[in-house]
Amino acid sequence: MDQTLPGADRLPPRTDTGVIGWLRTRLFSSPLNAILTILALWLLLLAIPALIDYLFIKPDFAATTAAQCRETGGYCWAFVREKHRLILFGIYPYDEQWRPLLASVILVAAIVCSCIRWFWKPFLGLLWAVALVAVGVLMWGGVLGLSYVENAKWGGLPLTLILSTFGIAFAFPFGLLLALGRRSHMPGVKAVCVVYIELIRGVPLVSLLFMSSVMLPLFLPEGFSIDKLLRAQIAIILFAAAYVAETVRGGLQAIPKGQYEGADSLGLGYWQQMRKIILPQALKIVIPPLVGIFISLFKDTSLVVIIGIFDLTQAAKAAVSDAVWRGFSTESYLFISVIYFIFCYSISRYSLSLERQLDQGQHR
Amino acid sequence: MSEPIIRLKNVNKWYGQFHVLKDLNLDVAPSERIVICGPSGSGKSTMIRCINRLEEHQEGQIIVDGTELTNDLKQIEAIRRDVGMVFQHFNLFPHMTVLENLTLGPVWVLKRPKAEAEATAMKYLERVRIPDQANKFPGQLSGGQQQRVAIARSLCMNPKIMLFDEPTSALDPEMVKEVLDVMVELAEETGMTMLCVTHEMGFARKVADRVIFMDHGEIIEQNAPDAFFDNPQNERTKLFLSQILH
Repeated sequence: MDQTLPGADRLPPRTDTGVIGWLRTRLFSSPLNAILTILALWLLLLAIPALIDYLFIKPDFAATTAAQCRETGGYCWAFVREKHRLILFGIYPYDEQWRPLLASVILVAAIVCSCIRWFWKPFLGLLWAVALVAVGVLMWGGVLGLSYVENAKWGGLPLTLILSTFGIAFAFPFGLLLALGRRSHMPGVKAVCVVYIELIRGVPLVSLLFMSSVMLPLFLPEGFSIDKLLRAQIAIILFAAAYVAETVRGGLQAIPKGQYEGADSLGLGYWQQMRKIILPQALKIVIPPLVGIFISLFKDTSLVVIIGIFDLTQAAKAAVSDAVWRGFSTESYLFISVIYFIFCYSISRYSLSLERQLDQGQHR
Repeated sequence: MSEPIIRLKNVNKWYGQFHVLKDLNLDVAPSERIVICGPSGSGKSTMIRCINRLEEHQEGQIIVDGTELTNDLKQIEAIRRDVGMVFQHFNLFPHMTVLENLTLGPVWVLKRPKAEAEATAMKYLERVRIPDQANKFPGQLSGGQQQRVAIARSLCMNPKIMLFDEPTSALDPEMVKEVLDVMVELAEETGMTMLCVTHEMGFARKVADRVIFMDHGEIIEQNAPDAFFDNPQNERTKLFLSQILH
């Protein structure tokens, strides 16, 4: 009597479960995939031992001078030991460099808090206000017994963090308004937004930075000047906003007409509709491309080097220009690459988890 | 007949070159229940969508509860507060729970306190017989349940007029009845003015005061349901009824 009862459940075939099943479906599901798997394994085999050798086996960790480094080959950890403060904090006065360090930590902490759902309450605004005041006090000083440091001397990581945080914080709402404006039924508003978006997107960021730093002062009245850092910041915001606008517009267009009609039929006004119905859905759709914009904004801040602002990338360049340590650019750029990667990868992982959180139970 | 709550006077509308509504005249008395039927493309949905300005008419007058529909946004929003609408595809807000869907209008448009709005919402959810679904998202409900939520959402605004735009035609057959039952109950227990575009003739016979037949943007025939179904006057009406009543 080994006849199965009708409707009784059976386990799936063994080949579809367990380790073998996993290997079959994930790595060797077709001849092409098998070849790709083997190719990838081969590349990893080439790269990883070489990297370990370069980073940890070859170098002499006791080396302290450039000459010793050159003898042993491999990654020169002595360079990082010697130059990391210049790269991280630029030409900020050496003895005061705990200030930008603390400022960076505060800024990162505030960003991390903003990412956690539990903090999405009114007091987050207060938290940011406190954080920004603290960052300002620490960076500028001039109060509480801290010596004054003008922002021309700021540099390295805190500068990159400041430029990108403010860049995102302002470009996002501005881009949102531009996207709504571009879909507006008022021809004037629409035209202004379209012209703005197309104009900005038609120009490279480098030229915008140049314009803000070289041309803008020509138009301003004598004796009136805007700080160089602020001008660069504004250029970054204006630039990113145009891209945010087009991305958000894509999300808005994906919302079915019925959602607008449902909201209309309840008598909701335009801004209420946008805030409660349309934007929450549209923004959820565009999280991946939006985060892409934020990540490239973070990296694009390195372009401010062309107008002589001392960000992380410029600091890395300066570290290599020291005559004693000439020729260690691999060390220097690898160092900042890791820093950039940590930030960008965190943003990217966060966006994935945010998508998953917002996705619960909301399938149409 | 008392002062009409909805009055359409020589209403005309075009989609591009296409003349959808041709010189429509219609008076609806308060508490009157009207069923509108007709072949697809006859303009029946367009007509009721003009009543809360989801569509704009180009000529003629539409007066709802004493207010004429013009381009004035404030007036349009005021009329929409008094006119509830139920759509063919429900148009619930998928990112909000059922309860949030129901309280959104009362809290943001009518400025009711949240607790009061939630109490009202639960009352109407019980009325449409799904109070246990309050904290689910619309996507987790069946079509019939979603449409009942949509009806409850409109009722929460305490409207004077309810418009139904083919409320059962996107539903699986076994769910049509649960929605119609709710609508019948609504018609019998409240004195609400109802305009319903539907082909559910059983429903029309049961609750309608008047059945309107539309074709090519015109009202061809209107009559009390029994007279309309048993003794249609116009040839087009006869043809249409022979096609839907097998």
